[in-house]
Parts: sequence; C-alpha cells; structure tokens
Amino acid sequence: MSASVLYDYPGPKTRARHRTYSVVTVVVLLAAVVWFFWRLQDHGQLEYDKWEAFVTPDYVRVILVDGLLQTLKMAAFAIVFAVAFGFVFGVGKLSEHAWARWPSWLVVEFFRAIPVLLLMVFIWYALGIKADNSAFWAVVMALTLYNGSVLAEVLRAGVLAVPKGQSEAAYAIGMRKTQVMMLIMLPQAVKIMLPAIISQCVVALKDTALGIYVVAPGLTYVVKQVYLEFHNQVPAILVVGSLYILVNLLLTGLATLLQRRYVGEKKQLDVPMVGNAATRPKTIA
Amino acid sequence: MQAVLDNFDLYLKAFGYTVALFIVAGILSMLLGTALAACRVGPVSILRKATAVYVTVTRNTPLVIIFATFSFMAPMLWSHLNFKWVEVSIGEFDFSPFFAAAVVSLTLYTSSFVCEALRSGVNAVPVGQAEAARAIGLPFAGVMRQVVLPQAFRASVPPLASVQIALIKNTSVAAVFGIAEATSRMRSFNNDFGSQRTEIFIAFAIGYIVIVELFSFGASRLERRWRVAR
Repeated sequence: MSASVLYDYPGPKTRARHRTYSVVTVVVLLAAVVWFFWRLQDHGQLEYDKWEAFVTPDYVRVILVDGLLQTLKMAAFAIVFAVAFGFVFGVGKLSEHAWARWPSWLVVEFFRAIPVLLLMVFIWYALGIKADNSAFWAVVMALTLYNGSVLAEVLRAGVLAVPKGQSEAAYAIGMRKTQVMMLIMLPQAVKIMLPAIISQCVVALKDTALGIYVVAPGLTYVVKQVYLEFHNQVPAILVVGSLYILVNLLLTGLATLLQRRYVGEKKQLDVPMVGNAATRPKTIA
Repeated sequence: MQAVLDNFDLYLKAFGYTVALFIVAGILSMLLGTALAACRVGPVSILRKATAVYVTVTRNTPLVIIFATFSFMAPMLWSHLNFKWVEVSIGEFDFSPFFAAAVVSLTLYTSSFVCEALRSGVNAVPVGQAEAARAIGLPFAGVMRQVVLPQAFRASVPPLASVQIALIKNTSVAAVFGIAEATSRMRSFNNDFGSQRTEIFIAFAIGYIVIVELFSFGASRLERRWRVAR
C-alpha cells in the first residue's frame, strides 16, 4: 500500500494546514541544527585545534589506514568466513539426516540468540587477552559465528524459495541429492540471497565498532587514541559516525543494485527470526 | 560452573539490569517508532523526508557510536543530558545516569527499526481497507488510528518481535559504557575465575537464550491470537 492511498487529495484548507505543518517542521529542524552548532561553538568544539587531527595528512593517513582499513579488513574476513559457515550449516539444516540437521539447528539457534559482544569477550579471553592479535581475531570470529548463523538461515530461506519444479526436474533426469543441491538449488538460491548477504555486511561492519570493548584495532581504537591526545571527543564521534554511515550507504546502494539486477522487483528474502515466532502467516503477503 | 553458582545473586542482578534496559527501552522505542512511522507515511512531505533521513542515519550508525554520543556529546549540548538528575533506586537496583543514557541510546537506535517494521506492516494492509476508510470520510489521523494501524500492528508482530529481540541482544552494548549488566558481569567473572571461562560463558549465554526464547514464545502466542483472518 503506497502512502498516498492513506489520505485524500488535499483540498485548499488541508493544503494550508499542511503548509503550516511544513513550516513548523522546517523551523524546528533549522532551530535544532543552529542550536547544535551554536552549542558546539560555545564549547569551542568547532575551533581548528579540535579538528586539526582530522585535516592533517599524517593523522588522516593513520585514521584511514590503521583505522578504517583495519575495520574493513575485520568485516571482510568475518563476512567471507560467515558465508562459508552459513553454507555449511544452512545446507546442514536442510539435510534429510537427523544427525546433520539437529546439530546444525542447535549451532545456528545458539549463536543467533546470544549477543555478539558476549561472544566477542569470551573468544577474546579464550585466545588470551595478551596474545598477539587476539582482539582482532576475537572480533572476526565473533562476527563470523553470529553472521554465519544468520546467513545459514538466509541460505535455507533462499533454497526453499527456489520453485519446487526445479528440484523435481533435476531428480527426474536422474541427478543425485548432492548434484541437485550443488548444481540446481544453490546457484539459484545464491542469486536470491545476494542482497541479503550485502545487508549482512552492513550489520557486520557496524558490529566491528564493538571491538572497542576488547581493545581491538580499527577505526574506534585509532580515533580513541586521537581524542585521548587532542581531547576532541565530539569531532571524533562525528568523524567516526560519518565514516561508518558513508561506507554503509555505499554497501546498501550495492545491495539495491544487485537486488534490481538479479532478483527483480520481487520482495526481499524473508528470513525468520530466532525462536518459534518464525513462521510468518501466508495470509499477510 | 561453581563461580556462577557461588555468585548467583550477582548473576541474577546482572540479568535484572539487562531485562530492565530491555523493558524500558523496548516500550519507549515502540512509542517513538510508532510516531516516526506515522510521520514516515503521512501526508506532510517534509516530515516524511526528515524521518527518512533520521531512520537512514540511525540504522547505519554503530550502536557504540550512538552510546558515545550520549556519553560525550549530548551533555555538552545541553547540561541536563548528562542525566545527573536520574538517581532512582528500586530495591537493590540503582538506575544511574549511565542507565538513563543507555536507555536513550537504545531507544533512539531501536525506534528507527520499529518504524521500518511498522511501515512494512502498513504496506501489508490491503489497499481496500484504507480506501474504504477514506470513503466513509475519515481524515488521515482517523484512517491511521482506527483502520490501518490496528491491522498494521498485527501484521508487523513478527518483524517487531525480531526488532525487540535484537534490542535484548543490543543491551549488551551498555557494558561498554559502565553498566553492570550481564555481558559486563561475564567479563568481570572472567577476570576473577579465569579457569572456569567456558562454564561462565555457557551460563551467561543460557541466560540470554532464556530471555530471548521467553520473549519469542510470547510473541508467537500474540501473533497467533492477533492474526487477521483474510
């Protein structure tokens, strides 16, 4: 239902009323923005020395290379491993053998129901908090397990979304179960899954910021060093936030592009959540 | 396991904070999210755009950054936002300024997901419903309040439940900002009883799983009871 069916075409009175609402909104928003900058100015947050670190080439290089690049690396590792994890356990959940199905179900449900941060802290301690790169790998592994479990569910939904005639036809020409899965179902499922995988990249990228709790490298760590030196928390928050938003918007744009290219205007994959509220009624399309 | 059993009161108290964060932020985010959703589908185009921007920004910002905003930036903008005026103790639970900041951050973050879930619910209501409501002369507020939103809420129980389950897990981020909830308690247990790491982890994981499963059980009951017959 598009928004326009919710209200009638506005008449002169309504238009006047809407104009008032619009003006009020614009005034309030503008006032908020002005107030925001005025308060920052009041606290000297807009002065050059607070922003110096973010315009000095040497610092910018450190922030981008030791910060953003490390963060992207963690997210990339996590997503690649998560896709592999998702394949194994997603196919496991679809297996006809109970000995493969039940453990897969247990693993997937377990890692989807616990907070990433809890997992991250546990892995960090398990790897040894003083060991080299333990924080880096704690972040990667925690994100792998969580996002992998979500992707397992996405894969399952993707395979189930392939029309039944496909597998029936494959069996009819004499393919074996593995062949049906590998040659017929998965290639089509992956195509439907692509946008969901990219959306999961956004989730993984956002969650890399949790690495600050386990002293992991990356954007939050580097910028923390910067604001400890320059005492410029506010510019630091604004810069880190903008960087994350920028990269995420690029990823979202990519997801939309892939969706349009490979899935068409069909609805995005519907992935059930944890627990048994999963089954969505068919009556509500 | 001994470590957790010996300090079971601490364990329960930690999950008490987790549940308290979840309940307060959950209710507030539902309210704010509903208001946002109404703006998002409403007839005033500037409000639609403003909420769209708000939703895009909060959904793409890591929760940690939003928490940091309310620890460092907000008090500077307006001194009341340091939440020093929040000092409530109920029983043995202290709801400190940190707690208030965490609730605000979680609410602002979650409400944009609630908004999107409700919008998908509004989209699921058949067009005829809104057309019929307009045909009998209801204005926008009436169409929404009396016809569309009641059905949209029902249709969006599953996505809303997912959003709230995500909130349960996101309360763990409060650990980074000094609240002794479950995740931060697990970290301190890990420091004190290093040899029992795995058992401690399992015990805390089970705590979260119990909360999540209880909630999703309730949600699925609600969903079945509220399902719109079509």
